[in-house]
Amino acid sequence: MSDSTAKATSLFAYVAEFDNATDLYHAAEKVRDAGFRRWDVHTPYPVHGMDAAMGLGKSWLSAVVLVGGTTGFLFALFLQFFTQVSLYPTVVQNKPTNLFTVPAFFPVTFELTILFSGFSILFGLLIWIMLPRWNHPLFNSSLFPKSTDDGFLMVIESRDPKFKKDKTRDFLTEIGAGEIEEVSH
Amino acid sequence: MADPTTANQNVHPSEAEGVAREPLVLNNRSMGWITDRICGIVENRQPFIWWVLFVPAVALFSCLAFTLVYLVSTGVGVWGNNQPVAWGWAIVNFVFWIGIGHAGTLISAILFLTRQKWRTSVNRASEAMTLIAVMCAGIYPGFHVGRFWMVWFLAPVPNANAIWQNFKSPLLWDVFAVSTYFTISVIFWYIGLIPDLATLRDRAKKKLPKFLYGFFALGWRGGNRHWRHYEMGYLLLAALSTPLVLSVHSVVSFDFATSVVPGWHTTIFPPYFVAGAIFGGFAMVLTLMLPIRKLYGLEDLITHKHVDNMAKIILLTGTIVGYAYIMELFISYYGANKFEADAFHLRILSGPYTWAYYCMFFCNVIAPQVFWWKWCRHNLWVVFIISNFVNFGMWFERFVIIPTTLARDFLPGQWGYYEPSWVEKLMFAGTFGMFFMLFLLFIRFLPVIAVSEVKGVLPEADPHHPDWKRLREKRRQGTA
Repeated sequence: MSDSTAKATSLFAYVAEFDNATDLYHAAEKVRDAGFRRWDVHTPYPVHGMDAAMGLGKSWLSAVVLVGGTTGFLFALFLQFFTQVSLYPTVVQNKPTNLFTVPAFFPVTFELTILFSGFSILFGLLIWIMLPRWNHPLFNSSLFPKSTDDGFLMVIESRDPKFKKDKTRDFLTEIGAGEIEEVSH
Repeated sequence: MADPTTANQNVHPSEAEGVAREPLVLNNRSMGWITDRICGIVENRQPFIWWVLFVPAVALFSCLAFTLVYLVSTGVGVWGNNQPVAWGWAIVNFVFWIGIGHAGTLISAILFLTRQKWRTSVNRASEAMTLIAVMCAGIYPGFHVGRFWMVWFLAPVPNANAIWQNFKSPLLWDVFAVSTYFTISVIFWYIGLIPDLATLRDRAKKKLPKFLYGFFALGWRGGNRHWRHYEMGYLLLAALSTPLVLSVHSVVSFDFATSVVPGWHTTIFPPYFVAGAIFGGFAMVLTLMLPIRKLYGLEDLITHKHVDNMAKIILLTGTIVGYAYIMELFISYYGANKFEADAFHLRILSGPYTWAYYCMFFCNVIAPQVFWWKWCRHNLWVVFIISNFVNFGMWFERFVIIPTTLARDFLPGQWGYYEPSWVEKLMFAGTFGMFFMLFLLFIRFLPVIAVSEVKGVLPEADPHHPDWKRLREKRRQGTA
């Protein structure tokens, strides 16, 4: 009994539904300007311009990929020069076994650069957005499944320093939210 | 009087008069309709025809399994290739399947970078087609080593004598190119699938599908703090896959072009192979998408506009391929290399396989020319038949390049003739079984159209669309 009351009181977030992408976009601008930090919008597709509306900058996943690609490039050069020139020089097709072998090494270098970049995209992305995770308080929400269908949701978490139980709810109504759901942990 | 420059201020560029574009999704379908229709394919029972296709596909696939077991237990001599034609159907089919794969990556990567929004309706299925085609292709180089348990020799690890692979050989480049291509295609496809798997997870009623879709959706929640990294990752993958797709078939063509065999030793090979691969790949995309569109009622998502665009790409690449054929002939005449001239003389006039050359030329160059007429691009039967001409013709192109050239070497004393054995024939049929079997399973278990991407190209998906309210009302009425 005490467990369930404890559960009910530990509020995770408010989930507010908006009618469409345009309303959600303008609401996001207002939430951004109100200074909230722990909030997000959940949409069935990436909404164009939402990053700016939420005050988010450029994604620096590209930096991870640059590092990954460079690693692949250097690894490929090392693999080929070390094995073909230094470790066991095999002279075939009258091709040199020195620095001038570079043209013949180009295809493998190219492919490994792409391969390593591809892996760094996949794993970089997953680590950056902290997935996979098997559960999340949002999955308790009854509104949430709409966000992968045709719903536009705004989530403001209770751990946000600006979060006030009643004030935030009023604020959400004021910026145009339809149904508002309290989601607990 | 309204100033002509300001009069249309409230009209979105896509709707303005004079530049009006055909909508990508017809009949004002809503986002909910799109989700229901595409996920419904996975959630509902398959139509009877699915089983009619699936059972023979599995039977053919078992032929592949049988021939592979027979090949490994007996030896690679069960194939018909020998001297002088050391590369027979195995390499023909390898190049054929690899080529088919290219359309998927072209649609997902190059059309993404060039902002061709129509790609969203066809990219998922073509990417799946790419993966399956590359798997079919991979069987051949894997098994043509004969002793299959020695296939690890392809990987960059030294053998028992501490000798490493020859990194200067185009055959090893090929290993890297094809395996990279497969891996990147899997990553691209999977990253694209994650939001749609989440949709299926949220819709699933039964426990097992919910668990499995949830497992593979990795807990995706579709928050914008995720989407922005996701979009960056997708953009980077597209940017990397674009040179990759061009490189793969170039490297495949190096297998031939870096040799000194007349008929192969030409610099035109890489662009010619790439154009041919895209050409053949689009034909296979159409071969698969036209029946799917009809069978699952996706006419509003895969519209005549999509078919029209793909037919135009077939026309363009087919014409490039035709140019390459004619340029090869011209250079062999103009280049004053008598071996080269002879190779082409034998290919088109007096050799044993001239019939294959004309078959190829008709299917690949003449047949697609009907796509100059809009009526032909809009008549789906014509499109389907021409696509199959192209599928057929592209297989013949590889046949013409490989056995024809090898059968007539430098010295008449080396000349020979090549005929495939029953094992090769059954194995090729078997790869088709595998292709269709896996594709049908893909339709059964995964969303055949990228749900989240199609929603993103609807007009009201753009928060800056000035007329979104009217559009949304129109769409609501459309579903009612």
